[in-house]
Amino acid sequence: MVGQVTAAIRSEERDGIAVLIVSGRLDAQAAGQLWRQAFKTARGAQAIALDLSQLEYCDMSGATLLVGLQAAHGGTLPPTGAAPHVDALLQRARIAAKPPAAPPTTRASSGATGTSPFAGIADTIAYLGEVAVAIATLPARRRMLRLPDLLRYADRAGVRAIPLVLLLGFLMGLILAFQSAVPMRRFGADLYVANLVAISLVRELGPLLSAVILAGRTGSAFAAEIGSMKVNQEIDALATMSLDPVTMLVLPRLIAAMLVMPAMVLALDVAGLLGMATVMKAFGYPLITVAHQVQAAASTGDLLGGLFKGMCFGGAVAVIGCRAGLATGIGPSAVGQAATAAVVGGIVATILLDGLFALLFYRLGL
Amino acid sequence: MLRVDRASQRFGSRTIFRDVSFEVAKGEVFAILGGSGCGKSTLLSQLIGLRPPTSGEIAVLDQIVTGPNGAAGRRSMQRRIGVMFQSGALFGSMTLLENIALPLEMFTDLPPEGRDAVARVKLGLVGLSHAAGLMPAEISGGMAKRAGIARAMALDPPLLFLDEPSAGLDPVASAELDKLILDLRHDLGTTFVVVTHELASILAIADRCIVLDRNAYPDGGGTIAVGNPRILRDEATHKMVRAFFRREIPVCPGPACPRPE
Repeated sequence: MVGQVTAAIRSEERDGIAVLIVSGRLDAQAAGQLWRQAFKTARGAQAIALDLSQLEYCDMSGATLLVGLQAAHGGTLPPTGAAPHVDALLQRARIAAKPPAAPPTTRASSGATGTSPFAGIADTIAYLGEVAVAIATLPARRRMLRLPDLLRYADRAGVRAIPLVLLLGFLMGLILAFQSAVPMRRFGADLYVANLVAISLVRELGPLLSAVILAGRTGSAFAAEIGSMKVNQEIDALATMSLDPVTMLVLPRLIAAMLVMPAMVLALDVAGLLGMATVMKAFGYPLITVAHQVQAAASTGDLLGGLFKGMCFGGAVAVIGCRAGLATGIGPSAVGQAATAAVVGGIVATILLDGLFALLFYRLGL
Repeated sequence: MLRVDRASQRFGSRTIFRDVSFEVAKGEVFAILGGSGCGKSTLLSQLIGLRPPTSGEIAVLDQIVTGPNGAAGRRSMQRRIGVMFQSGALFGSMTLLENIALPLEMFTDLPPEGRDAVARVKLGLVGLSHAAGLMPAEISGGMAKRAGIARAMALDPPLLFLDEPSAGLDPVASAELDKLILDLRHDLGTTFVVVTHELASILAIADRCIVLDRNAYPDGGGTIAVGNPRILRDEATHKMVRAFFRREIPVCPGPACPRPE
């Protein structure tokens, strides 16, 4: 910001010493405008003295400049002509500008704990253990699992997600059917698009997509809610009231997510099959034929397997979301970081689990 | 420096305070006192231009900051005052040094080395030279308060507003802060408006004070006393003022108490 210069520094030679005569009002603005010129003049001289007799006003920024000029030359010659309040300011600035006696501290990132990555793994294992203990001891502490909380989380995680699930499921079925129908029609196998889409949706895409939606909508919300509670010391308050934060905060969310996920998967499957049926109808196949193909391709076992996978994915997303919230650090960015960690962790865990299920189902011949 | 003329604040039908009037002279340390919920922080937010009063006029540094034409005055005033918020309100993504250098960077022509030097002096003034490189998340509440004062002083404003500066500080740190306020007033002629509960601090530093009470009027809060806090402590006849300064439980709290002195 350029403003009117309210102070001036000129140099005069007196007895072989460069005397810097400071005049006018030396405030932060003026100090900014004169800073480099003043240091250039001071450094070019053999010895300097400060004449402050024409200085009308000086604030702490101005005092910092004057003290800095003295320091640049060893600070041997005291300023002359300074008004008492300017002298007091210079003295205060000199003391304040002294380097700290304590060893210099290093800059660290917000919320960083400075511990090894293995500590994080150990914490995660400990957390999983706490969740397992909380589940095992729940029958003895049923009062801690509040039904209104459970219903509220189920509503937020599941019921309110249904429109999105239906929309995405319908579009996914539509796109899958359309994209696979074009090449399959070249082989006269376009009828089997119904089989392909049915198996893909019921066995894989239904649970996977539902879990991704849950991670994006609900996992991040769990992390942000619990993270905010941690920042506000609400979790400490729970602990001091002998209320187990895992039982009070994690279990209702975990149970809610596991309960709503099969419903979400089922809704997505149905919407996807409707999307596929729309394409098949456009290709001239009657709906009854499409229904027969779906029935032949996807068994009840496939459907139940998909629903079971969805339930497990829901549990993983909830556990990871809550874990991210409980591990929230300090500072304004910590809650955002927790929400991001919840979404990324939830999606990665879902895909890893899906791979495990593929292996398991193959071995079991399902 | 500051003139408040019949400022009022209502939220719906609820009157937080009404007809609050006072003036603050240059170089004065003025305290805004009162019990919880009497509207101290609301009044402060009016003074610093964050909330317009429901009615009344406020002039800060000779600029009228209220009314339909107050926006320009508010912007100009906000560049020339310093505010320390209760929590420090430091920017979490910057070190303490960067927090204090920010206003210098925005509003002066100081080169980077100059900003650094001035910011270090400001940190030194509040005893935080050793913490220049720390992030706000890494310091204690008391340190954050002191850093907040250093940032408020970055541009050496003639008028500083401090919201609960001593709250949460140990007695020694609180006394040091009081001394810093008096030193700055002495050396720079800075005027202070302090919102606080700390009786010891009020009696040590405030030249004058206003005492608000949420039951000053039958329909809401307002002023119950204005004056020198030491005189009010010794001579006040208003029961709520006496209760506040002498830490007594008031005999007749509420609208039945005497009218403002």
